[in-house]
Amino acid sequence: MNNALSFRRLRALCRKETLQILRDPSSNIIAFILPVLLLFIFGYGINLDSSAVHIGLVLEDTSPEARRFANNLYGSPYLQVTTGLNQKAMEQAMAAGQIRGFVVVPQDFSEKIKRPMETAPLQVIIDGSEPNTASFVQNNMRGVWNGWLLQRATEHGEKPATDITIESRFWFNPSAESRNYLIPGSITIIMTVIGTLLTSLVVAREWERGTMEALLASPVTRTELLLSKLIPYYILGIVSLFLCVGVSVVILKVPFRGSSLVLWGIGSLFLSSSLGMGLLISTLMRNQFNAAQAALNAAFLPALMLSGFVYEIRSMPEVIQAVTYLIPARYFVTAIQTIFQAGTVWPLLLSSGLFLLLSSVFFIGLTALKTRRRLE
Amino acid sequence: MSEALVTLETIQKIFPNAKKPALTNLSAELFPGRITGLVGPDGAGKTTLIRLIAGLLTPTAGTIRVTGLDPIQDATELHKTIGYMPQKFGLYEDLTVQENLELHADLRNVIGEDRKATFKRLLEFTDLSPFTTRLAGKLSGGMKQKLGLACTLLGTPRLLLLDEPGVGVDPISRRELWKMVHDLIDQGITVVWSTAYLDEAELCEEVLLMNEGQLLFYGKPEEMTNRIRNRSFQIRNPSGSRRQLLERALSHPKVMDGVIQGHHVRLVLRANSSPLDLLELDAGENAELIPVNPRFEDAFIEALGGGPGGDSVLAQRLQPIEGDDKTIIEAIELTKTFGTFTATDHVNFAVKRGEIFGLLGPNGAGKSTSFRMMCGLLSPSSGTARVLGIDLKKSASLARQQLGYMAQKFSLYGNLTVHQNLNFFSGVYGLKGHRQKMIVNDMIEIFKLQPFLHATPDTLPLGFKQRLALACAVMHEPPILFLDEPTSGVDPVTRREFWTHINGMVEKGVTVMVTTHFMDEAEYCDRIALVFRGKIIAAGTPDQLKSEIATPENPDPTMEDAFIALVQEQVHE
Repeated sequence: MNNALSFRRLRALCRKETLQILRDPSSNIIAFILPVLLLFIFGYGINLDSSAVHIGLVLEDTSPEARRFANNLYGSPYLQVTTGLNQKAMEQAMAAGQIRGFVVVPQDFSEKIKRPMETAPLQVIIDGSEPNTASFVQNNMRGVWNGWLLQRATEHGEKPATDITIESRFWFNPSAESRNYLIPGSITIIMTVIGTLLTSLVVAREWERGTMEALLASPVTRTELLLSKLIPYYILGIVSLFLCVGVSVVILKVPFRGSSLVLWGIGSLFLSSSLGMGLLISTLMRNQFNAAQAALNAAFLPALMLSGFVYEIRSMPEVIQAVTYLIPARYFVTAIQTIFQAGTVWPLLLSSGLFLLLSSVFFIGLTALKTRRRLE
Repeated sequence: MSEALVTLETIQKIFPNAKKPALTNLSAELFPGRITGLVGPDGAGKTTLIRLIAGLLTPTAGTIRVTGLDPIQDATELHKTIGYMPQKFGLYEDLTVQENLELHADLRNVIGEDRKATFKRLLEFTDLSPFTTRLAGKLSGGMKQKLGLACTLLGTPRLLLLDEPGVGVDPISRRELWKMVHDLIDQGITVVWSTAYLDEAELCEEVLLMNEGQLLFYGKPEEMTNRIRNRSFQIRNPSGSRRQLLERALSHPKVMDGVIQGHHVRLVLRANSSPLDLLELDAGENAELIPVNPRFEDAFIEALGGGPGGDSVLAQRLQPIEGDDKTIIEAIELTKTFGTFTATDHVNFAVKRGEIFGLLGPNGAGKSTSFRMMCGLLSPSSGTARVLGIDLKKSASLARQQLGYMAQKFSLYGNLTVHQNLNFFSGVYGLKGHRQKMIVNDMIEIFKLQPFLHATPDTLPLGFKQRLALACAVMHEPPILFLDEPTSGVDPVTRREFWTHINGMVEKGVTVMVTTHFMDEAEYCDRIALVFRGKIIAAGTPDQLKSEIATPENPDPTMEDAFIALVQEQVHE
């Protein structure tokens, strides 16, 4: 029998760990209930799409030309138009957050448009406090304007000002629904919670209750101790991962285009990196409160803020962008979003996988170095 | 004589960032088939020493050999031959008895027929056979302790290290454990038993007596008690207040130490002192001075430089509390349930002014629950708790103004300094301005806290921590004192000093209610109630309880004998 690893001891420890997971209500909540809850929150509660943005319209000119333009605005599926009497009222409505922007069609609009040498003024005011929405409003407004120009030119039997028209298609997420990328992203958060928070808590609890001391005084080796924490929580994490995928696809109707096998592979790499970090934390902190604090700051918050799951990395300051390269969750978010929405894109998955592999080796290796078979 | 199993040579252990070494210059040898006691108060270095022997800590200096192995270099080999039971027994509480045993059997490679036979033997040995499917967390303290022992015995170790196995466990389980350990010694196993109970020292074959990292004594416990032979006496049937008698005795130059034992007073004389005449102490006409057997504790007190004097400066500055001896603390059918568990089950008692009333029982018996209801920190499920006629359910805060409360493990603020703690607690109890300043300064002077004013309580020696906790509880001069396990883990001299203050205050008319699991401490009480599994199984003066169970074979039973007999009576009923 190998001295550093006895199969019997490892099996006994894993069995103990499994029984503890099954009997401890808090582990069950973190592993099974919390993920489903998070999925539903991200699936139904949070929506980053700006479909049907409220805008205002002040129609000072009532000519047919102006009305036709107004009709085009009303007809846009992305805009919800409220008509107002004057500019003042619209300004107030925008300040109150009721509308995101407004269009003023001035009195001399149809007059000026008929004169070939003049340009017709059309005032568009947009609430810039939320830049994403602002650019969304701007783009849609421009679309309506172009549509109206085209329509007008055809009616007048003229050629449109330009031959080029832009027909855009959203690939990978054709309906551009944020749910389709938020949900795969939120699976990352769930994996982080299980991998880092749960493991760091259970190991810290062994220290607090004095059971670790009893284990250390038995013939258990360092390898067995580490593996007995890694294996059960790895299985728990993978079960939870596929539970999440199942809920996402079946209940939340998120399309899944990649291969489950590839997801399992990359999920395993991310999970081992998370578990490694969790074990490292609990090796350094020996009480549950400190371990939870550390896990929250070292794993959960970066996964939420810096992984590109909610906040786009390209719009972050460059320094922060550089930092995100060190966050394992970033690579898993990219990988899982790709697997869900685009399918198996090997170059991207391989580079993400390589980084996750490196970080797993780093965290587990460091934990192995820091694990002493002593109390100090 | 056979060869030593464990040799310790000039061991020193200094923890990083610690001011004082946890262990200094300790040398000893432990022999097979013997039980060696590591005896001393909290902070003596007992746990550190056990962990050093188990290879869980590295010594700063010195060498350790266990069965010829170096505990650090040869940890893997060593752990096959030792059994170690840490404090709190190291059990997985969400695993059943059987699962805990199986885990440890697998870890120690006990398999096949051997495994079956070992389980059978250990379950019989520990009487745990009927409980194999019960979760370890749901066992009583005594049963946990036995399961912990069974788990450490699985690999048939040569050396058994038990860290405070008897603490807080009921006296019956404690005696059973001793019996079990003696069986093991007959099989040739070496046992190390650490304890803060000095009476347990007398049961060991060899003792390492430790205090604050120093080895005070190493040898047979009889050698230690022989040092004070013919110096222990009991004053029987004194007239007048026995608390005042003790005060006079402790201030007498011939007396080194003294305690109250029910109606009697036990004294230890100083070395080479002439015989004591009871007239010197004004003990009354009927009083007799009877020689008694010396105790290990007496010798420990001498080694620490003798007990404190009999005067309590704290009590002297108190104004006497006037009033008749009417009932001022009362529990009527007091009950507290947590889910399906009844922690306190229809408890009744009444305490008169100027009395010391004690609740005595093992950990988990329901003492602290009753206690917290009496000071309004927990609300009873049914029944009434009254202090000074005030129903605590209705106006707890009004009653609490009249209380001084000293909680288990001294509830001090660890990150405030000593001075800030004093200021804070005096402020909480409504002291302010000049009076607050005066009282805080008095406390600093009485308890000699001046050198520690800017230190935090966590860095204080245990004795000073206890003084500070007492100071915080009595600054507002409450007529009633509630003390929850006030002296657990402190050295006997500090315990004496504490009781000197309490006795002095009681003489001034303060009423005291105290919980304890120290049988000896119960002797200070005027009346005690024995608490077991949530119920009061007996109540009365210490002498009444002891005489109730006296038999021709045991005419002079101890408090522990009384407790065991009364519990067994209860179980048989």
